[in-house]
Amino acid sequence: MAYYISNIARSKGDPKVLHSGPSSLGAADRLAKALGWFSIGLGIAELVAPERFTRALGMEGKEALVRAYGVRELGHGIVSLSPDKHVGLWSRVAGDGLDIATLMTAMRHDNPKRDNVGIALAAVLGVTLLDIVGAQAVTARHSRPRGRPRSYRDRTGFPQGVQAARGAARDFQVPPDMRAAPTLAAVSDRAPQERARPH
Amino acid sequence: MRALVWHGKEDIRCDTVTDPEIEQPRDAIVKVTSCAICGSDLHLFHNFIPAMLPGDVMGHEMMGEVVEVGPEARGKLKKGDRVVVPFTIICGECDQCKRGNFSVCQRSNRKKDLADKVFGHATAGLFGYTHLTGGYPGGQAEYLRVPFADATHIKVPDGIPDEKVLFLGDIFPTGWQAAVQCDIQPTDTVAIWGCGPVGQMAIRSAVLLGAKQVIAIDHLPERLEMAQAGGAITINFDEESVVERLNELTGGEGPEKCIDAIGMEAHVSPSMPDTVYDRAKQMLGAESDRPHVLREMIYVCRPAGVISIPGVYGGLVDKIPMGQLMNKGLTIRTGQTHVNRWTDDLLRRIEEGQIDPSFVITHTVSLDEGPEMYKVFRDKQDSCIKVVLKP
Repeated sequence: MAYYISNIARSKGDPKVLHSGPSSLGAADRLAKALGWFSIGLGIAELVAPERFTRALGMEGKEALVRAYGVRELGHGIVSLSPDKHVGLWSRVAGDGLDIATLMTAMRHDNPKRDNVGIALAAVLGVTLLDIVGAQAVTARHSRPRGRPRSYRDRTGFPQGVQAARGAARDFQVPPDMRAAPTLAAVSDRAPQERARPH
Repeated sequence: MRALVWHGKEDIRCDTVTDPEIEQPRDAIVKVTSCAICGSDLHLFHNFIPAMLPGDVMGHEMMGEVVEVGPEARGKLKKGDRVVVPFTIICGECDQCKRGNFSVCQRSNRKKDLADKVFGHATAGLFGYTHLTGGYPGGQAEYLRVPFADATHIKVPDGIPDEKVLFLGDIFPTGWQAAVQCDIQPTDTVAIWGCGPVGQMAIRSAVLLGAKQVIAIDHLPERLEMAQAGGAITINFDEESVVERLNELTGGEGPEKCIDAIGMEAHVSPSMPDTVYDRAKQMLGAESDRPHVLREMIYVCRPAGVISIPGVYGGLVDKIPMGQLMNKGLTIRTGQTHVNRWTDDLLRRIEEGQIDPSFVITHTVSLDEGPEMYKVFRDKQDSCIKVVLKP
């Protein structure tokens, strides 16, 4: 919908969008985008307020670890929003594994916030599933299929053949502003034919 | 009308938009008969080129029929003319245009103030590109308004299929200029990084201009096969060392002329650690481009050689070996293409049968299928090298 704003700024004769049509972004790309922004949001939250996470999970004293995970989340987010989104999503899956392992350490019987940890674990498992589905879908959508590529052996571009084409444009005069400094061979006695070139 | 419209990163849609209208006396409206997706459209697709706005119409390779002409363009154009539209918008009258430096036309960028701030000095207006180059609506659409239309066109005769002349608007002259600015000598080895559409055109141009050997570097089998068909020796960088193989093919001296047909989005692979470093920095916004090819060219190029860069770079690059560049006395030539400087000559070469640029087309689809084809082209699926759209 941002085009509505840019439409206002366009000059009188320029085309302006009336109706938007199908996009080059597929469902998998949109999921990657959503997960990328989710990573960035979570990463900022972990960086800015780690004590809220540690307090809720009974993991006081682990604020530095949460901050580090915040930086990691930002990394996942940036890569997931880039053209290399499959790398970003697979890195999120790996990050999910790390999150699950970390949360498991807080599932101790003596942790009064054990219930919260259980909820967090369930949430991370759900997101992991989404990450795996997204990573697989994005990888499939943007990969080159295996198998033999098409053959372009006959695509010479030269209707009279390659041999006839070699040097066929030697009549072309390179403009003075595009000439190279003469090579040693061109100015030495060893190559008089080159010295005699018209330019 | 329908048009392919940029809505954000990787989000191109086939939208219904208002028809373009004549704004200035030198404008014309062209009914687009064929257009294409260019490799540099992918930089916009990935949002690596700054200053795109949701609602921008994409596309800078297009041709069609003139259907309306502004009063001041009537001497040069008339309804019914068949034209290829160059991606660079040119006034044809400023100092730079008079010198043939059309891609830096001083008058066609309507957002000059913005471009002056970012580039130091504004460059030409471009179709379907960033607002730094004027934010002009592009030609992946049913109709296109062409500013400065009396100068910004290439008339093509009837009787030649669109597919043969469409690429006069960008990739053919871009590959040609890349080779021309190498000033190829009959003794030269020309190494070309990237066998995408511009790389393929650069290969053919270097062959036509008489290079001793042309070496093409990529890793996609279908692109290497197409390069080989055009007369190049190929190097698959997944299978062999580019530097070692180039030295082997040049008696240990390195190629005299190197062409970067990759630009800002070099392939990322753990086997090339600098590409992983660049990708990480690019994601964090600490570097806009991935200049692996530039580094490799500077390293392997023969001293006093030429490096030609048609590949698009967007902003800032890191870890460029200036010491190697300076001590080896290399010449770097780059720039967007001065399309109209070359097109009369290239059209003649097409008509004479020296070259048929349609060889590069692998997919022809309707405009509605455009959004999906952006994905297919970007992901190199279905052996896709060049997509032509038929509005």
